[in-house]
Order: sequence, then C-alpha cells, then structure tokens
Amino acid sequence: MADYKRWTREQMAQRVARDIPDGAVVNLGIGLPTLVANHLPADREVMLHSENGIIGMGPAPAAGAEDYDLINAGKQPVTLRPGGCFFHHADSFAMMRGGHLDICVLGAFQVSAGGDLANWHTGAPDAIPAVGGAMDLAIGAKRTLVMMEHCTKSGESKIVPRCSYPLTALGCVSRVYTDLAVLDITSAGVQVVDLCEGLSAAALQALSAVPLLFPENRP
Amino acid sequence: MIDKICPSAAAALADVADGATVMIGGFGTAGLPDELTQALLDQGARELTVVNNNAGNGDSGLAALLAAGRVRKIICSFPRQVDSHHFDRLYRAGQIELELVPQGNLAERIRAAGAGIGGFFTPTGYGTELARGKETREIAGRMYVLESPIHADFALIKAERGDRWGNLSYRMTARNFGPVMAMAARTTVATVHEVVELGALDPECVVTPGLFVQRVVCIERAPTRGAGF
Repeated sequence: MADYKRWTREQMAQRVARDIPDGAVVNLGIGLPTLVANHLPADREVMLHSENGIIGMGPAPAAGAEDYDLINAGKQPVTLRPGGCFFHHADSFAMMRGGHLDICVLGAFQVSAGGDLANWHTGAPDAIPAVGGAMDLAIGAKRTLVMMEHCTKSGESKIVPRCSYPLTALGCVSRVYTDLAVLDITSAGVQVVDLCEGLSAAALQALSAVPLLFPENRP
Repeated sequence: MIDKICPSAAAALADVADGATVMIGGFGTAGLPDELTQALLDQGARELTVVNNNAGNGDSGLAALLAAGRVRKIICSFPRQVDSHHFDRLYRAGQIELELVPQGNLAERIRAAGAGIGGFFTPTGYGTELARGKETREIAGRMYVLESPIHADFALIKAERGDRWGNLSYRMTARNFGPVMAMAARTTVATVHEVVELGALDPECVVTPGLFVQRVVCIERAPTRGAGF
C-alpha cells in the first residue's frame, strides 16, 4: 500500500465546513457531522437548524450554565445565538420537508453509487430500530451531504453499488466526505473531487466498491 | 366562567380509561411532563397506547409506566437510547408493540389529527421499510407515501405559563411536540410553572390558544435534568 495520510475526523469536518457558503441554513446530524460547527469560518454567517425546534443554534454553554430545556438533537445542552428562535416539531420538520434547509450533513453506514443512503438501522435481528429525523432530513434539504469513514472496520467499502442495510432514502445524497476522498454523486457516476495526500487514484479505486470517475489531471 | 385550572395532576387524569391512547410531549427530557406521567402511573390505567418521540429514559416518567407493564403499544421515532433499558427489555421479550415512525411523519400525523386532515402524502420514508404496505403516489414527478393522522384520548404536555382559558407559552426547546399534541387529543392536560391572570400573557406570544387545552395544572419549577445520552 502506498504511503498516504488519511484525513482525521477534524480534517473531514474542516473540509465540509469549507463547502458551506455564507448565509446557508444548515442541519448537522448527530455524531461526526456535529464537528462541522467547530470549523465554520468566522467570516461566514450560517444559521444552524436543530430538529427539536431551533434556528440559530449556538455552541455548547460554559460549564455550569447548562439548561436542559435548551438542547440539540443529540440531547446535549446548547445555546441560542442572537436572532435565533424556537418553534414546534411540525414546523421544524416542515422546514426540512418543505425544502427550506440549504444543506444537511449526515453520517452513514452506506451510500450507493446512485445516492441512496443507509444510516438508521443495521437490520441486525437483535437491534432495536430507531429512526428519529434521519428520513425527513435526508429527503428534505436542498443538498444532502454525507460524512463517513471510507471503509468499515473490517475494510469493506461503504460506497457500494447497492445498499445492503435498510434504506433511509433513495437517491438523496449529493456529496460524500470520507477520510480518504470527497466524492460527488452524479448522473454519470461517482466523481472524485478531492483525495487525501499521497493517495493514488488506483489505491482509492481499490478501496471503493464502485467505479470512480477521476478528473483527468489526477495521477 | 371558564376555569381550566385543575388542583392537581391526579385530579386532571382521574378519567383516563384502560386502553386509552395517550400522547406525552417531550424530546429528550425537555418538555417531558414528569408530574403527569407520575400521576398516570399512580392512577392505574392499563393497556395504554403511548405516543412520544422516545420510549422512556432511566427509571422514571414514561420508563416507569413501561416498567409497570401499563403500556401495550408505543408509537415513537427513536426508542433506542443509552438509558432506555425498560423499553429494550420489553421489546426484546415481545411484550410491547412498537410502531416506529420517522420523526417528521410523527409530528405531521399528530398535527393532521388536530387539523382535521384525513391523511397526507409525504416524500419521507418512500422506498424504505417504514413505508412498506402503504399507498404511494407520484405527484409532479416525485414519489409520496400516504400517512394517516394520529388521534389521542389524552395529551400530557409541559408548558411554561398558562391562564384559566388554557392559553399557553413554552420555554425554549421544551416546546417540541406540545403544540401539535394539544391539537390532536380529545383532552389535553398541560402543566405550567406559572398561572397568570387572563390578559397577562402577551396575545402575540401565546403559542397554544386555549381552545386546544382542557386542563391546566400548576407545578413548581424544578430544573430539567439531562438524560438520553
């Protein structure tokens, strides 16, 4: 295997943050996507949406200032930025379903070459299914971005021809950020936008279960 | 004279019958009406269908109702949490029925019930196992799933301030499902931390108009505890 440096979780979050434009209304999913908030450039104003009824969500409060009536989707205490406001659940999900969010960033178990997303259930017989807002978020935002490791712990590609885990939504993903590459889901196929330092096109392809399209100037 | 103020949580829930469908507000612990779930436990109604976003945290509130074997079925979006051990045990033992609903469909189905809507087509869940067996339709080139309203006999919700007409305001993300559940139930019971004179709530800031609320119980404020993570 060639010598390459996979992106850390913070670097992945930084890479996603770079693509979020000034003025965007954004929902960050639980887990890895939550890190994106820490990397939004200071010169860009972004309105963060939380499914439990917040627009203008701010960072975690100082220790001792936690108020559990003001929490995010992961049930962690947060703050409200000036200009932020609260609303009920039906309005919150109308914002998603109605296409009023510019971007949502979600974690995933698998993404298919056609942009299908599987991120809510492993389908294991003893697993207790829990879906939360994943299905609503995936279909609602103008752009659904996914952050995930490129491969499972056992080395299998999480970019797949067809999802084997239960689906969250069909054809909803537009871009995938992994620890190895940034991939666009296009009608022509999975297009490599960026890859981590030292990783060759051939090596990335070998780690991916679907054919990848590379820009011509890549090695 | 209209006076919806109830002397106690117990008095407000005295007529919950066995087999009732009971909506319980709250997301995480924000907006969970702890005093009402405790009163429902004390009251003794059985074979309940409970509608809540989650399936109980820790050992109190909804979790205590589950542990006492009082819930036949739960309709929720996110039952699995670190501290949902009572639900987990019942579910794995086949002792509770689960209707798993995407969170936005849950909110909209509740809202639809309150708004007199007989069903609605939503893109959420299309092509997934949670839409299996449901009617689908293509509308303007997009696929939708038919979802039905969720009505309830009782809604138990937590608000911040209220008056004797039942007008309510909420506190931050404790609002969550409260306003839509209040619309969807035949009898809505709301706890508030402060009962004010008619006219004292700014009419521009009343979130739930009093006609959606039948009973108001004043509860002393206690800080909301964290849970579910």
